[in-house]
Amino acid sequence: MSLDPAAVRRIARLARLRVNDAEVAALQTDLNSILGWIDQLNEVDVTGVEPLTGGTSIALRQREDVVTVPDLTEDVLSNAPDRDGPFYTVPKVVE
Amino acid sequence: MFDLSLKDARDALRAKKFSSRELTSAYLGAVEQLNPTLNAYITTTPDLALQHADAADKALASGDARALTGIPLAIKDLFCTKGVRTTAASKILSPFVPPYESTVTANLLADGAVFLGKANLDEFAMGSSNMTSAFGGVTNPWQRQGSDAKLVPGGSSGGSAAAVAARIALGATATDTGGSIRQPASFCGIAGIKPTYGRCSRWGVVAFASSLDQAGPVARTVEDCAILLGSMAGFDDKDSTSANMPVPDFAAACARGVKGLRIGVPKEYRMEGLDPVIDKLWQQGLDWLRDAGAEIVDISLPHTKYGLATYYIVAPAEASSNLARYDGVRYGARSPGRDLIEMYENTRADGFGAEVKRRIMIGTYVLSAGYYDAYYLKAQKVRALILKDFTDAFGRVDAILTPTAPSAAFGQGEKMDDPVTMYLNDVFTVPVNMAGLPGLSLPAGLDHQGLPLGLQVIGRPFDEETVFAVGQALEKAAGFTALPTLRAGV
Repeated sequence: MSLDPAAVRRIARLARLRVNDAEVAALQTDLNSILGWIDQLNEVDVTGVEPLTGGTSIALRQREDVVTVPDLTEDVLSNAPDRDGPFYTVPKVVE
Repeated sequence: MFDLSLKDARDALRAKKFSSRELTSAYLGAVEQLNPTLNAYITTTPDLALQHADAADKALASGDARALTGIPLAIKDLFCTKGVRTTAASKILSPFVPPYESTVTANLLADGAVFLGKANLDEFAMGSSNMTSAFGGVTNPWQRQGSDAKLVPGGSSGGSAAAVAARIALGATATDTGGSIRQPASFCGIAGIKPTYGRCSRWGVVAFASSLDQAGPVARTVEDCAILLGSMAGFDDKDSTSANMPVPDFAAACARGVKGLRIGVPKEYRMEGLDPVIDKLWQQGLDWLRDAGAEIVDISLPHTKYGLATYYIVAPAEASSNLARYDGVRYGARSPGRDLIEMYENTRADGFGAEVKRRIMIGTYVLSAGYYDAYYLKAQKVRALILKDFTDAFGRVDAILTPTAPSAAFGQGEKMDDPVTMYLNDVFTVPVNMAGLPGLSLPAGLDHQGLPLGLQVIGRPFDEETVFAVGQALEKAAGFTALPTLRAGV
């Protein structure tokens, strides 16, 4: 399975990464090299094997759905690149 | 003062041979002197360190000393520290000042530690050389005999390992997703342990691959690592994968010895092309353990060779998901755009380095419609087989001994042409993360150029105690006393 430039652009779009022509070419080479190497997994017979989905076999805990921290609005907003009062700002979305 | 291990410095502080302010000031002076050359710290916090030191001296005076009271440490810049910039060595987080403290660093502070600053790393902990840092590479304090060529400290915890080796920190926090504690420890001639997945809380640690990431310490000795891990570890309600288990006395376990233990030697680790120097050191390690009373047992881990390929599906997949949060809206750097999508794309294109972009792209691809089953699901199944290999082996042995890395430290700029060449550094360490096991690296010898080489001890889940016991037995037998060229106190 080899990626062409259009596929690289499609993945970059999905990943929300702007790429120029030179980057597409470099990424195409690198990704195809990595994917070609990963293809060795085709040798492994995984018939009947259950996938291991996490880092631990211990079941995840559940907790009561209650508020456990005080109002942290100022803390949460303290790193915003741009804010307006208690809101984050973004470029205009609706005309 | 710089010759003392963490344990010895702690004893000296308690015996009032010197104060934490004196110790911390000496280390701060060494940081100032050596960091311009090494670039091991991204941010130094001398004022904060002296505040911590003064508080430690008060505690010591009132007989209220805790496990790390007054001990100066470096903190990998992946741990959020309240009020102190935390970058993950990425441009995208360069303006980020966390309003909270990670659980691991909070545990260290509660035990009296002094923080000297934030240690350099590969960007978002993605790398094996520390060369992907947006704040520049780190120089390994070790040099080849008769050469002053700059070598890498390994990665991703390269700043942590270089700082400890150069004696500009008594110990350091680090993290390990595929070898990021053990490989730099090996390259820098120090000890480091990745504990069992779930042993240390991941809360407040910038996420890379959540099912693999685990925090651990690097330090000069196995016992120093045990002391640090004892403070870092523990159950945390804020991490859903944190193990609700008591933290044993790791430091006490170090001196247990290996008499009667069965040590496994996986035949698949004797790979074609394995450097004879590394093979010889491995055999030497087995001889040391046999001489100390352990029984050496041949074992098989048949899926070892698939560990890396599996890792390079699972880790990028999780990374692409975790790093989706960097969108220029809530925190971190923002690049303007005409609309929301363009703002996202510009922010991420400007903010992430090349290796991070590669991994986000791979992860996005293997999770995308039509490819999920062929790549991601397949990798999760192979991961289950890797875990089963270890589970079967641990039915017959108590610990496993392997080399840590396939080579000694390499030069800055080497292995950069093809990403796969760089990935091969982690061939011996990655399977341990895939299976969630504890793995320790300790310095065991030098190669023909005078560079340190490490051995890796792998243990059963939550049996770090045996890992420490085997580690200290090897450390004792190896008698590793070599020192790097660049270090404090010379």
